[in-house]
Amino acid sequence: MSTGEINRAAGASAPAAAGKPVLDVSGLTISVRGEDGARDVVRDLSFTLARGETLCIAGESGSGKSMTSLAIMGLLPQPAAYVSAGSILFGDLDLARLEEGRMRRIRGNRVAMIFQEPMTSLNPVLSIGRQLVEAIETHTALSRSQAREKAIEALRAVRISEAETRMKQFPHELSGGMRQRVMIAMALALDPDILIADEPTTALDVTVQGEVLELLRDLQRSRGTSIILITHDMGVVAEMADRVIVMRDGAMIENGRTEKIFKAPATEYTTALLAAVPRIGGGSGRQESRPPGSAEPVASVSDLQVRFDLRGGLLGRVQRRVHAVEGVSFSIRPNETLALVGESGCGKSTTAKALAGLIPYAGDIRVGGRDLAGLGKDERKAVRREVQMVFQDPFASLDPRMRVGDLVAEPLIIHKIATRRECRDRVAALFERVGLPADGMERYPHEFSGGQRQRICIARALALRPRLVIADESVSALDVSVQARVLELLRELQQDLGVAYLFISHDMAVVENISDRVAVMYLGQIVETGTRDQVFSNPAHPYTQRLIDAVPIPDPARRRARFSRMDGEIPSPTRAVGDEPQRVVLRDIGGGHLVAA
Amino acid sequence: MTDAITPDIQPAASRPRKGALGKLLGRPLAVIGLAIIFIVVAGAAFAPYLTPFRPDEQIFDGLTLYGEPLPPNATFWLGTDLLGRDLLTRILHGARTSLFIGIVANGIALVIGTLIGVTAGYYRGWIGGALMRFTDLMMAFPALLLAICLAAVFQPSLWIVALVIALVNWVQTARVMFTQTSSLAEREFIDAERTIGASSSRILFLHILPHLVPTIIVWGTLGISTTVLLEATLSYLGIGVQPPTPSWGNIIFENQTYFQAAPWLVFFPGIAILALALAFNLVGDALRDILDPTQRGRS
Repeated sequence: MSTGEINRAAGASAPAAAGKPVLDVSGLTISVRGEDGARDVVRDLSFTLARGETLCIAGESGSGKSMTSLAIMGLLPQPAAYVSAGSILFGDLDLARLEEGRMRRIRGNRVAMIFQEPMTSLNPVLSIGRQLVEAIETHTALSRSQAREKAIEALRAVRISEAETRMKQFPHELSGGMRQRVMIAMALALDPDILIADEPTTALDVTVQGEVLELLRDLQRSRGTSIILITHDMGVVAEMADRVIVMRDGAMIENGRTEKIFKAPATEYTTALLAAVPRIGGGSGRQESRPPGSAEPVASVSDLQVRFDLRGGLLGRVQRRVHAVEGVSFSIRPNETLALVGESGCGKSTTAKALAGLIPYAGDIRVGGRDLAGLGKDERKAVRREVQMVFQDPFASLDPRMRVGDLVAEPLIIHKIATRRECRDRVAALFERVGLPADGMERYPHEFSGGQRQRICIARALALRPRLVIADESVSALDVSVQARVLELLRELQQDLGVAYLFISHDMAVVENISDRVAVMYLGQIVETGTRDQVFSNPAHPYTQRLIDAVPIPDPARRRARFSRMDGEIPSPTRAVGDEPQRVVLRDIGGGHLVAA
Repeated sequence: MTDAITPDIQPAASRPRKGALGKLLGRPLAVIGLAIIFIVVAGAAFAPYLTPFRPDEQIFDGLTLYGEPLPPNATFWLGTDLLGRDLLTRILHGARTSLFIGIVANGIALVIGTLIGVTAGYYRGWIGGALMRFTDLMMAFPALLLAICLAAVFQPSLWIVALVIALVNWVQTARVMFTQTSSLAEREFIDAERTIGASSSRILFLHILPHLVPTIIVWGTLGISTTVLLEATLSYLGIGVQPPTPSWGNIIFENQTYFQAAPWLVFFPGIAILALALAFNLVGDALRDILDPTQRGRS
């Protein structure tokens, strides 16, 4: 079958006229079969998509935005989920009713999709070149060599350098941002009419996110593709969208031009959603600037070093080393929040784990003035009580087989602080303190929502009345509105209990809102540190500037012309044995604001 | 924050909570399983009182005039065997042996396998490496040969047979437990336990073992049929339960060559093994679901 025939079969009458929408969804209802009957996850959704337009579908988890995109692609997980009413008109074709054989010709060819996690959407055992060529061959009558040409062209279009050599590489050899660009190349190689991007940048680092968004914008401009961008991030919406649909609980509650929605949202929900988005230099619950305290630090780290050996060969000798943390020093005072920021692989979580006693390290860690290295097992256990941790994923950090009341009581029992009866009262008090219903104690973690679980984790961390709580990306996995309230809780707890936080995050906007002091990590070392105002109003290190620039601004009026571009990839912290990385030297540029020379 | 955003704190519907036994009795399949187990246990316990014959009694009327065994009839409900013994009596008495082997031998195998697998999976390093290489060695060694060697060294008795079977059967369990434990040990909640100061034994017993219960139950129920059959093999080779003591396995092996002429001799003990294994499987399945809190309220 030739390309022409395919096009005719698949919808040759797709609208060429500018006035007619490319996609016309009307009355779309998607149902999911459950044990207690079918439940609508998307209700009566209607919208149109014009040629060359970017439409954002925004909403929090469970709003039905991903289901909508899967329905357009004909990829609903049938038979559990199905379109129960309405139509999805693509030209004259109703995609909701189209049989699988014809749908397959449209998918990838006329309507393409990119997903959140580029690693799992590429086949790990095939080279990216082969995957690209195959996708092109499936949908066109091109010969293999022509398809290859086209694939290389597509890779060049997504700004992948040395496209011809890259064709031979496998997905694991590329970075996350590169993989997502390969996915975009694959999606756009066939010049589809519609590109659906489901949270395309959520799994990527902030600086890479900017690049990918800019790429999408450029490609759209040059090719006139219509884009449906599905996201929870109002910053991304403001940067990208022409029009926005806000969804909540399966229904569209607002639909309009981006400027209008951001300036004058029609519903209370959108207003609240926008208010909950953290912004640099603003936002509802921003931490006031406080003078640095002079009290004795609760924890101090000096010259911390964590390296992981990579063994290989027959004899299992150390061949390479990952220099995860190299000479990091900082201290945290009571009632203070120190933010440790950086992108994935910069060593921020490793630093936290070393401080929490989870991994071996070199260097000095002092808690409450006592050096951990010189202590016996029992003493160390007692000192460790002072440092507690709240993890990123509240779904993974609670034992699913224990009742939450027992989980919160566990630290009290381990450290023999309370008898079982006292425990109950203490746990009830903790539940009340973090805003959980007391009757929840008898339930299991899976019965709670993400925000509630993170509250459980916080209650658990507070049970031992620690002086330092490490929050490792603790709000990153939460919806913005929930995130705002958990941050609020953390702030209140600090006011009441005087606890110090080591707040680890990649999100500069959140950090700007909650921290007193900031330390920026790059390749295992701190490259800039100072008070929040010093770092944000006068970012001196180029990497800090790039991190701040990369944060999408939730205001369409302040849309940036170009995102900051990375000059190549971040180098790897893995080095050959004996090849020690160079230590940066921090210089004071005034008022304790330290910057790498 | 306005109220426009749904609060993330919602009271969940309250559900009546019942004990594990109550829940077990609420499931028809589990009840069938429990009933079969009850019948087998009762049959084994009251075997001498249920039939008028002794298991090793060669009954005069038990053979035809040509010396053929009798098919099921009014006197011998399940027929007789080649020596004119009542098959029902032998199966009832054999249930004692088979239950003992199925529960004790299999139980010992599970305990050994779980201990070794969990230790290796949790501690890794050289301890784990050594334990798992030993397990691999045992796995590669022909199980039957090992059983024969062990049985030749010790005088055959029911306990020795059970031990021999256990020593052959723990290997697979250890492998499975090792894999499960090593993936559990990587989960974030284990890190979370360490940060609150939990000791290794606390983590192992409170946070890892409960997650292995479903696997232990599945392997436990699967193991019952395997061990019962292994006992039969050993009996056949003359190193298992010594005749004339009946066991389901040795009844089958004694008679398998006459399968076409006297099918009931293989059929009925075969059914008994199948029913017992199935019953344990049904109960095990139900228990696994009931003991898993994340499954609660789903079915």
